[in-house]
Amino acid sequence: MRYSAFKVFMQGLTGNKGWKPVWREPEPKPEYDIIIIGAGGHGLATAYYLAKEFGLTNIAVLEKGWLGSGNIGRNTTIIRSNYMLPGNEPFYEFSLKLWEDLEQDFNYNAMVSQRSILNLFHSDAQRDAFVRRGNAMFLAGADAELADEAQLRRELPFLDFDNARFPVKGGLYQRRGGTVRHDAVAWGYARGADSRGVDIIQNCEVTGIDVENGAVRGVQTSRGPIRARKVAICVAGSSGRVAAMAGMRLPIESHVLQAFVSEGLKPVLPGVITFGAGHFYVSQSDKGGLVFGGDIDGYNSYAQRGNLPVVEDVAEGGMAIMPMIGRARLLRSWGGIMDMSMDGSPFIDKTHIDGLYFNGGWCYGGFKATPASGYCYAHLLARDVPHPTATEMRLDRFKRGHLIDEKGQGNQPNLH
Amino acid sequence: MIINHPLLGPRDAAEFVYLGDASLIDRPDWEDPDADDKFYEYGYLRDNPAGAHQELWYHEQGDRSWLVVTRNTLSHEITNVELARDVAKSRGRDR
Repeated sequence: MRYSAFKVFMQGLTGNKGWKPVWREPEPKPEYDIIIIGAGGHGLATAYYLAKEFGLTNIAVLEKGWLGSGNIGRNTTIIRSNYMLPGNEPFYEFSLKLWEDLEQDFNYNAMVSQRSILNLFHSDAQRDAFVRRGNAMFLAGADAELADEAQLRRELPFLDFDNARFPVKGGLYQRRGGTVRHDAVAWGYARGADSRGVDIIQNCEVTGIDVENGAVRGVQTSRGPIRARKVAICVAGSSGRVAAMAGMRLPIESHVLQAFVSEGLKPVLPGVITFGAGHFYVSQSDKGGLVFGGDIDGYNSYAQRGNLPVVEDVAEGGMAIMPMIGRARLLRSWGGIMDMSMDGSPFIDKTHIDGLYFNGGWCYGGFKATPASGYCYAHLLARDVPHPTATEMRLDRFKRGHLIDEKGQGNQPNLH
Repeated sequence: MIINHPLLGPRDAAEFVYLGDASLIDRPDWEDPDADDKFYEYGYLRDNPAGAHQELWYHEQGDRSWLVVTRNTLSHEITNVELARDVAKSRGRDR
């Protein structure tokens, strides 16, 4: 079923009785060409692009819970491509370009809103670093704009410009950045993949990966064994658990990241704003809630909840840049599990097992990467060579010494 | 989280800094013929278990001791806390 304004109008006249379920609930077949483990944003995007761009449809996406029940349903919905390093920036810019055309592409309202992202700086040295980052963004075809204090005083008068410790001196804009309705991304990709013949099988937990003579043969699941020529792991957050089924150890630790939303307020924030002297980012959803977050808790965790010290830290970050946030009441807070990699960058790669592929290590930047991650993973699965924008995202890069370490923190995952 | 420090008693986890898996105590021998591979695995690969996890915490806002904390990564429940030097010695290191 295609959606259009006319259809909405007609359904409105006929009591909205003509809408149909957006995807099927098929029984698993005994064999597929490709099995994707994980029906989150990245897994569904992978299935969608495999079907649409590469013409492969004998595919199953297996999901332990319901589709979109992981981090696609619990992130802070920000899209941007303001990275610096060559192995990263072209990939994220590719992703942002896919976001820009996404709704037309899969005919679904994902509420892509390019309302801009602004990274504040608070010192001369930080401005120099941001100018450098802006130039690196230009090199990859992205947009960047340096705003001085006077401009920000006009545009965002509520910021605490004269903060004694971290005065706001300006910021780096990416006007094409913004927010997207995160659940709709999963639903849109699921619908697009399903309508092209991909089986999305929910409540089907993978319990084992069958490997014979160094090649993958299929998976064991809670709904019986399923054979496949290629198995694609796509379960960021739980990568360690799934990779262990194939006897792999990964350059990844699982950490919990908390996020917060306030009560609904009248429009106050035009775009996404991030604090430059601590870790805090905030935007306002279309329902009016201030959606914000900060650092990960910092210790290994698979529990989808965090602890209070980080709540305090995030609140302090918010108060430091926009004291008015202190008047808002918190509505909800929650946690999600992140694959924190050893250099803060992700993986889209083959493994040492023939036919077994790996996508993970997204740290807490996976949402913005969803379209490109799916596209590049589909490219790798279909053609067995990496997409040109994802050639550096290799599992063996630490052994070769070719890290993609944006923050320069070294091999300590909780600092990225 | 409250960490029951072996010398100081129960302390708020916010006083501590987290390093990672306690396997970091077992630094490979640089003279080993496979030192390259072993240091790669030591530096970059992790078991990352869902369940009991032995990990290193540093009491930065306290007595600056290193602790080996056994904590369940699914529930955050802490079941054992030892001084890292005791653990290192019990694994055959001299300090």
